[in-house]
Amino acid sequence: MSPMTTGFWVKGHGQRSLSVSSAVLARTHVSYEVKDNVAVVRINDPTSKVNTLSRHMQAEMVEVMNEIWGNAAVKSAVLISRKPGCFIAGADINMIQACKTAEEVTSLSQEGQKIFDQVEKSPIPIVAAINGSCLGGGLEFAIACQYRIATKSKKTILGTPEVMLGLLPGAGGTQRLPKMVGLPAAFDMMLTGKNIRPDKAKKMGLVHQLVDPLGPGLKSPEERTIEYLEEVAVDFAKGLAGRKVTVEKKKGLVQKIQDFVMGLPPVRKQIYKTVHSKVMKQSKGLYPAPLKIIECIQTGIEKGNAAGYLTESQNFGKLAMTSESRALIGLYHGQVTCKKNHFGKPERDVKKLAVLGAGLMGAGIAQVTIDKGVATILKDTTEEGLARGHQQVYKGLNDKTKKKSLTTFERDGIMSLLSGQLDYRDFENADMVIEAVFEDLSIKHKVVKEVEAVIPPHCIFATNTSALPIKDIAAASKRPEKVIGMHYFSPVDKMQLLEIITTNKTSKDTTASAVAVGLKQGKVIIVVGDGPGFYTTRCLAPMLAEAVRALQEGVGPKKLDSLTTGFGFPVGAATLADEVGIDVAAHVAEDLGKAFGTRFGGGNVEVLKMMVQKGFKGRKSGKGCYVYGAKSKEKKVNSGAEDILKSFKLTAPPAVSADEDIQYRLVSRFVNEAVLCLQEGILPDPVQGDIGAVFGLGFPPCLGGPFRFVDSHGADKLVQKMKRFEEAYGNQFTPCQLLLDHAKDSSKRFHK
Amino acid sequence: KSKKTLAKPGVKNIVLVDGVRTPFLQSGTIYADLMPHDLARAALQGLLNRTGLPKDAVDYIVYGTVIQEVKTSNVAREAALGAGFSDKTPAHTVTMACISSNQAMTTAVGLIAAGQCDAVVAGGVEFMSDVPIRHSRRMRKTMLSLNKAKTLGARLSLLGSIRLAHLAPELPAVAEFSTAETMGHSADRLAAAFGVSRLEQDEFALRSHTLAKKAQDSGLLSDVISFKVPGKDIVSKDNGIRPSTMEQMAKLKPAFIKPHGTVTAANSSFLTDGASAVLIMSEEKALAMGYKPKAYLRDFVYVSQDPKDQLLLGPTYATPKVLEKSGLTLNDIDVFEFHEAFAGQIMANLKAMESDWFAQTYMGRKTKVGAPPMEKFNSWGGSLSLGHPFAATGCRLVTTVAHRLQKEGGQYGLVAACAAGGQGHAMVIEAYPQ
Repeated sequence: MSPMTTGFWVKGHGQRSLSVSSAVLARTHVSYEVKDNVAVVRINDPTSKVNTLSRHMQAEMVEVMNEIWGNAAVKSAVLISRKPGCFIAGADINMIQACKTAEEVTSLSQEGQKIFDQVEKSPIPIVAAINGSCLGGGLEFAIACQYRIATKSKKTILGTPEVMLGLLPGAGGTQRLPKMVGLPAAFDMMLTGKNIRPDKAKKMGLVHQLVDPLGPGLKSPEERTIEYLEEVAVDFAKGLAGRKVTVEKKKGLVQKIQDFVMGLPPVRKQIYKTVHSKVMKQSKGLYPAPLKIIECIQTGIEKGNAAGYLTESQNFGKLAMTSESRALIGLYHGQVTCKKNHFGKPERDVKKLAVLGAGLMGAGIAQVTIDKGVATILKDTTEEGLARGHQQVYKGLNDKTKKKSLTTFERDGIMSLLSGQLDYRDFENADMVIEAVFEDLSIKHKVVKEVEAVIPPHCIFATNTSALPIKDIAAASKRPEKVIGMHYFSPVDKMQLLEIITTNKTSKDTTASAVAVGLKQGKVIIVVGDGPGFYTTRCLAPMLAEAVRALQEGVGPKKLDSLTTGFGFPVGAATLADEVGIDVAAHVAEDLGKAFGTRFGGGNVEVLKMMVQKGFKGRKSGKGCYVYGAKSKEKKVNSGAEDILKSFKLTAPPAVSADEDIQYRLVSRFVNEAVLCLQEGILPDPVQGDIGAVFGLGFPPCLGGPFRFVDSHGADKLVQKMKRFEEAYGNQFTPCQLLLDHAKDSSKRFHK
Repeated sequence: KSKKTLAKPGVKNIVLVDGVRTPFLQSGTIYADLMPHDLARAALQGLLNRTGLPKDAVDYIVYGTVIQEVKTSNVAREAALGAGFSDKTPAHTVTMACISSNQAMTTAVGLIAAGQCDAVVAGGVEFMSDVPIRHSRRMRKTMLSLNKAKTLGARLSLLGSIRLAHLAPELPAVAEFSTAETMGHSADRLAAAFGVSRLEQDEFALRSHTLAKKAQDSGLLSDVISFKVPGKDIVSKDNGIRPSTMEQMAKLKPAFIKPHGTVTAANSSFLTDGASAVLIMSEEKALAMGYKPKAYLRDFVYVSQDPKDQLLLGPTYATPKVLEKSGLTLNDIDVFEFHEAFAGQIMANLKAMESDWFAQTYMGRKTKVGAPPMEKFNSWGGSLSLGHPFAATGCRLVTTVAHRLQKEGGQYGLVAACAAGGQGHAMVIEAYPQ
């Protein structure tokens, strides 16, 4: 993913005096030449892999544009990046983070608006020639230009990702986009922040022309494609200047009808209402940015440009100061950190991977591996199991062809890297084995021995367990330095997190190799220490125990789900248990209960065991807390599960059973365990703790993870609540030492 | 000329006795009502007439075709029977896109070299006036189920399941199955990758038409036989040769990449109907039967590369490889016949062959092979002007090399062609001593 930056472009204060001196100094970020009356403006930030609208870039851009506008010989201009994978990825987030007040951010936004206004009113046509990421401020720049041409490269994406950082497009984006692509599409883009591919962009009217990427020629494909894009753009620029090309495209009937309908105030009103209620439903009102975006768009359309731009800049300033935005930006930075290999380059690349067990996890791991061109063996013990796993991989890839992100031919090529088998053939050539067999120590031991008999000495043995300590599994190994934990999350092709677990015997090269494989598979990676449940499972288990407790106390699954989603979890606790699998939950609860004692108590494990006994294993078995399979939209609570809950009924202590109390009972146990993991050294740092919780377990992104939550909520307030719960329930709510330290001293923070 | 012969000890000399072709006509014109095997038959009969070959002397027939008429999927056999060959002469059909008849010829060479045959007829046919247009998959499935339905009720319910959308037909496209990109689109991108301008392409296309016209007018295209088309007149000339002017050609809009592409209808080969055939023999057999062969068929290679970005670069890859095999350099070649799929494709290949960087980066070679000198290159026109019935072009190229070597007094000729699927072919041909 390209660095997410955000949507505005500012002429820096005090840069004017610089323009004199930099006329003498060579410009480093923006250059231009005039070809046949066309000024070709090339941007390239020499200090970074991507172009951002940094202060430096802006200053040079303003200079260059002024020179071009002042040159009577220039009849049109082309704006192009010299970087192969990036047009402009946006503005530098650090610039916003450096601001102390909303007013400061608002004035940055207003400066940006002013300059794009000049671009929009340019006396000569400007063609934006887009190859690679054109996001946030980059897109706002492009849509202020008179014409846009984009390459069909896989790297070319357009979008307004600001909302994902809790912000909004603050340099005219909320005002220009609706006019350009229509109200519904503009809402969709800005509220979801999704990337738009070139073909779609053309259909939407976001770009005027598409250029095909080129293959090998007399130069490298990347270099020549940019050159070709420039040639085509220069031709169009000339055409626009000579009025041979018109910007306006003929509107089709559908478009005309849509325009007419959108012209009716009651229709627009209905749209605002619908969008607003949809946002409220999805965000539970926990995210301020989408609502502000709606407000900006609505103001611009209903009250005119001046009011619209003003609202945009003010809302932008307000959003930048919200804790939600800080949380989301924190996650963004954390994600960047967790997409790097901090253990160095492994001695060997993994060129052949073997996966043991073709179940949901094993097949998922195989899919994300072959998808990146690594030959993979998928081994199972039965033909039925293998066939099911093979079909899962095929379906995963085939679904991509339906979405057109893959051609059927690419799918076939990727599938050819998969070797499904029942024996250990070719394991002598494997560089890494990941086992995903049943979670039973004796089976795992058997597998370790069998595999070590056939793999070469350099081969790494990784185990995909969600709770068994790695050192216990490694006990059966002849070479524990090659044993490591790789905990994937289901569904593997959708969940971004990979939790890597090292024992004190795991070698650094083994870790480096596991991280390298995970990064290749596209994962966000945290590396944690060994112990029962590692980090993620260990945080989840007490929360699920508390969920069971709440269920026993008579909180229905639906109510429990709405309380958790209302707090910001994307999936409710009862639904989550069904997704994870009641059997898995029971297993984990029992194992970790043994390891950690009463701290993991609360709910009765027997509830889960009884459910498993009755076949209520969650979604996979058709019944869990809910009944699955029926086509009706409304999920039905499983009455069988309700009966079990009734037989384990407990009385809810009224002092700690208000809705908010239940929410905090669930969350505080999660957070306390996370902090304890840091205290015990299972977690190396809070950043990985936040990333693991959000990307692996769905901790509310608007809170930024358990550690940021403690910072923003206040450790003292959290401890107060926990003490209240402790009184009612006992030591599962006893705050850990590190949390108490933070409660005592408010200057202590997990994030600076 | 005192160049060495390319004969190798222990390797049979294999000769081209003669080659013919029907006139190549734009599809949808005079051949429109025929079937593919009719055209193939005409070429086979023409070869028999030209060579006076006794039919029973032919050991085997190999024929190429690309777009198959489903009724005559082994078109070689249907055409051979219809052309009056003995029913004891086996025949098979090969397909390799635009190098299908090259494949037919090299299959023949293989059969002779292996000592299994002495005289083989090879050829190719393409009939673009009629192509198989199919029902949609859904419709086909319904129709096949209908065959199996036993009761009236079952039949009616199947018929009832047919929706209007199922009736939409499936047309064959000149597109890569692997990439879904049409060939013209790929050619346009290839031209852009090598910086081939529209002007260069139009100039090359004009050259092709001009040279073809000259060759036709001066009677050099002696491989063309006359063909009495049932119900129509006798056809004896190619009908796609139309030298235009640069101004006229410049007016055309791009055909594939719009609006900024460079490949147009005028600088591309057009859809063509036609068939060709050659007689290939071991030298001993030919001499024993009293023939004066036209040329030796020497080394050949097939190459393949990325079907997306290097779809049409076959000649670039095949040329240095076949020259090395024969121990020759580009300078030794007197006659070049390259298949002209698109003017942009030819120009891109010439630039690639002239580039050290390309040779080093993509071909793993130390240096470029070099581009053929234009005065030796396709001097009697090419696929752009004569037409390009896909599977018939290979034999035309080889026969033309033989004729040009005779006419111009050269010793070595080189044939090279690209084909869909990112494949390519080249063959070295040596003049038979006069």
